[in-house]
Amino acid sequence: MNGKGILSGLLITLRHFVDTYLEDLKVGRKRYGTAEGIEMRRSSDTRGIFTIQYPEEKLPVPEEFRFVPFLVYDVKEDGEKAVRCTSCGICAKVCPPQCIWIERSVDAATGKPIPTPAEFFIDVDVCMNCGMCAEFCPFDAIRMDHDYEMASYDRHKHHILNKERLLKPASYYAEIRPTSYRREEAEKAAKEAAKAAARPPAGTAA
Amino acid sequence: MSDLQTQTLVPQLDTIFPDWVRPDDRAGYQGYIVETEHLLAVAKALRDTYGYDLLSSVTGVDYLPEGKLEVVYHVFRTTGGPIFVYKVQVPRDNPVVPSLVPLYPGAELQEREAYDLLGIRFEGHPDLRRILTWEGFAGHPLRKDWHEPYFEEEAKPYKSRWPEGQVRRAEDLNPFADNVDYPAGFDPESLVPDADDTLYKTLFRVQQAQHPEIKTDAIVVNLGPQHPSTHGVFRMVALLEGEKILDLKPVMGYLHRNHEKIAERNTFLQNMPFTDRLDYIASMSNNFAYALAVEKLMGVQPPERAEYIRVIMAELTRIVSHFIAVGFLLNDLGAFFTPSLYGIKERELIVDIFEMVSGSRMMCNYFRFGGLARDMSPEAVQKTKELVNDRLPRKIDEFDRYLTENEIVRQRCEGVGVLTPEDAIALSATGPVLRASGVPYDVRRAEPYSIYDRFDFDVAYGLHGDIYDRYLVRMEEMRQSVRILKQALRDLPEGPIMTGKPAYQVRVPAGESYGRVEGPKGELGFYLVSNGKPNPWRYHVRAPTFINLTSLAPMSRGGKVADVVAILGSIDIVLGEVDR
Repeated sequence: MNGKGILSGLLITLRHFVDTYLEDLKVGRKRYGTAEGIEMRRSSDTRGIFTIQYPEEKLPVPEEFRFVPFLVYDVKEDGEKAVRCTSCGICAKVCPPQCIWIERSVDAATGKPIPTPAEFFIDVDVCMNCGMCAEFCPFDAIRMDHDYEMASYDRHKHHILNKERLLKPASYYAEIRPTSYRREEAEKAAKEAAKAAARPPAGTAA
Repeated sequence: MSDLQTQTLVPQLDTIFPDWVRPDDRAGYQGYIVETEHLLAVAKALRDTYGYDLLSSVTGVDYLPEGKLEVVYHVFRTTGGPIFVYKVQVPRDNPVVPSLVPLYPGAELQEREAYDLLGIRFEGHPDLRRILTWEGFAGHPLRKDWHEPYFEEEAKPYKSRWPEGQVRRAEDLNPFADNVDYPAGFDPESLVPDADDTLYKTLFRVQQAQHPEIKTDAIVVNLGPQHPSTHGVFRMVALLEGEKILDLKPVMGYLHRNHEKIAERNTFLQNMPFTDRLDYIASMSNNFAYALAVEKLMGVQPPERAEYIRVIMAELTRIVSHFIAVGFLLNDLGAFFTPSLYGIKERELIVDIFEMVSGSRMMCNYFRFGGLARDMSPEAVQKTKELVNDRLPRKIDEFDRYLTENEIVRQRCEGVGVLTPEDAIALSATGPVLRASGVPYDVRRAEPYSIYDRFDFDVAYGLHGDIYDRYLVRMEEMRQSVRILKQALRDLPEGPIMTGKPAYQVRVPAGESYGRVEGPKGELGFYLVSNGKPNPWRYHVRAPTFINLTSLAPMSRGGKVADVVAILGSIDIVLGEVDR
C-alpha cells in the first residue's frame, strides 16, 4: 500500500514522543537536575528526553578528560610550594602547536641553569588540548585540567597563562584524576624503595 | 578478464618495459620510475593489460636537494591485492608531466591539487586551475623553499620556546604587513575578481534546444559557499537549463589551512593530533591510517590488545560516521533534523566512550606508533559491550524501519545520481560510493591491515549505484561493524598496549610508505617520505571525500537542482578533509 512506509516511520517518531512522557512519569522529579538523573539519561538504555540542560545541569567528565594543561606543585611541610617542573623542556618540544614557552632559571652567581622554571607560559587559544605535554612529562609536573569554562572577553589578559596562573596543588590533581594520581604515587614510592634498597646501609664499609 | 588481470602477481615493470622503466632502488623506496614521455603508455598498459583499474592517489614530492619534482601514482586492482606504485621525475624548473585524466578521469581534482600546491603542470588536463588556494597566492606552498607568512623555522620544535621562552602572541606578527607575497603583477588593492568568469567559462555549454520555437539560455547558479545543503563552506557552480543541470563544478578550499605543510614542519608524533582535524567525524580512523603509515616505516608492530582496541575504535567510528551521513542525507532531502538527531543521539553515546578512553569526544589523538596512548579501562569495555550487544543493533533496526521503506525517501533517492561501476572505478570513487555502484571493494578485505583478517564480516555493496543504494550500503555497513565489534570485544585479550617505551621523539628510518585504511567515507591513505630526520619530508593525505567529489559532476549531469543537494549528501563530505 502506498504510504505505508511513511506511516510506519511516523509511528516510530510517535513512540519516541510518547516515551518522553512515560519515562518522566516513571522516574519522576529526580530525572532532571540530579546526578542520578543525568547518569540515567546518558546510560545505554536511555529513553525519552536525552538532552542535558547546560548550564543548569552539567555532564560529569570522565577522569581521562583533557582540557588545557596546568602545572602541579606539592606543598612542603613548612607550607612552601614545591613546583614539580624542572624546566627540562620536553613539553615545549613535544607540543604540536608550540604554545608552551619556558624560561629556565639561571643561577645569577654562577650562570648555571637551575632545574626550575623562571617563567612558564601557555597560550591556551593556541593549545589544541592534545594532552601530549602531560603524556610525556617525566616528572608528573604538567597535567590536563578538567575545567572547560574559561570563555572571556579579553584573550590577552585571560588566555595567556603564566606560571602563577598555571600552578595548582597536587591535592587538586588527586581530586580530578584520582586513579592516575594513585598510580603515579605508587610508582614513585616503589622507585624510592628500590633506590633505598640498592644503597648500601650506612656504616657497613665494604 | 585475462589471467594477467586477475592473478595476484605483481608485474615486473622493468622487465616488461626495459627501456622506459627502472626500479626505484633508493633505500626504503618501492615501485618503479617511469620515463616522463612514456608515462601514458605504461599507465595504459597497467590499466588495460594488468588490471590496475583504480587510480587511488596522485601526488607530488619536492626533492629540493636533487633539484627534482616527483609525481607519485598509486594504483590498485578492484579485485583486491596490494597497491602498486610508480613515479615520474621531472626537473624542478620545468615540471611538466602528461596528465592521466584521459586514462583515469579520477585524477582530475588530484592533479589540480598537485598543480596548485607543487606547481607541477599536467599537459592535457582539461581544466588546470588552482583548486585549494586563490589566484592571489604567490608560489606553490608545498615546495620546500616556500615559506609561510608566519614562518619561524624549517621544523618544530622551535628554538624560541625553550630554554629562553618569552611568550609572543601570534597577533603581533602582522600577517598583512611585509610578510605576505603576491604573484608578480598582482595588486590586492585593485583586485577585480575574474576567477569566477574563468570558472564559468569552463562549464560545458551545450545548447540543447528542447523547444526550438522558444529562445532559451542556460544560466549559471551558485550553490554555496554559505548554503545549508553544502555541509560546510563548499560551493557548487551549476549550469542550468530550466531545472536541469547541464554541468557542475565543485569549488573548494575555503577551509584550506595547508595541513600538509604544517605536517612537514611537525615531528612525526606531533602530526597525530592534527590528523584528528581532517575528517573530524571519524578522527579515530584518521589516527589509524597515519599510525599504520609510520609503523610501516619504523617496522614496529603493536601488541595484540592494542590491535583489538584499534579495531574497536575504528568500527565505532564507522558507526558514528554512518549515522551522521544517513541523518544528514535525510536533512538534505527535507526531513529536517528528526532523523539526524536520532543518529546524533547514538553518536553521543559512542563519543562518551571515546571520551572515557582518549580524553576527548572528537579530537581523540589516541593512537601512537606501536600502540595506543592509554589502555581501555574495564568500565569503558563494559559500556561498549552494553552498546554493541544491545542498544546499537536495536537502534540500527529502528532507523531501518523508520526510513528505508519511506515512500518519499525512495522517490527522491531511487534512480537518482546513478554512477555505473565502470564510471565509479574510472573516477577513483572509494568507500560506500564505490560499493553502492556494485564494486565490492573494501580495503579491510582487499588488503587486510591490522587484524581484520581475523574477523567474520561481509562487504556491503549495492547494485544500482544510486543514492538509495549508498544509503542501504551505509546501513548494512553499520550492521557489519556491530558484527566485527562483537567479535573483537569477545576476543579482546589482556596485555600491554604499547610496543617499546613511549618516546616523544621517534626515530623513523628514511624511505617512503603508504598506509591506508577503509575509512567510513572511503580509502583513507597517508603517503609519507622520511629522510631520517625527526620531521617527515613529505606528508600527503589521500582524502577520500575530496577524491569522491570528482564524481559529483558526472552524477549530477542531467538531474535536477534539488537532486544535486541529495547527491552531495550521499557522497558524505566533510570539509575538514576536503580542503585540508
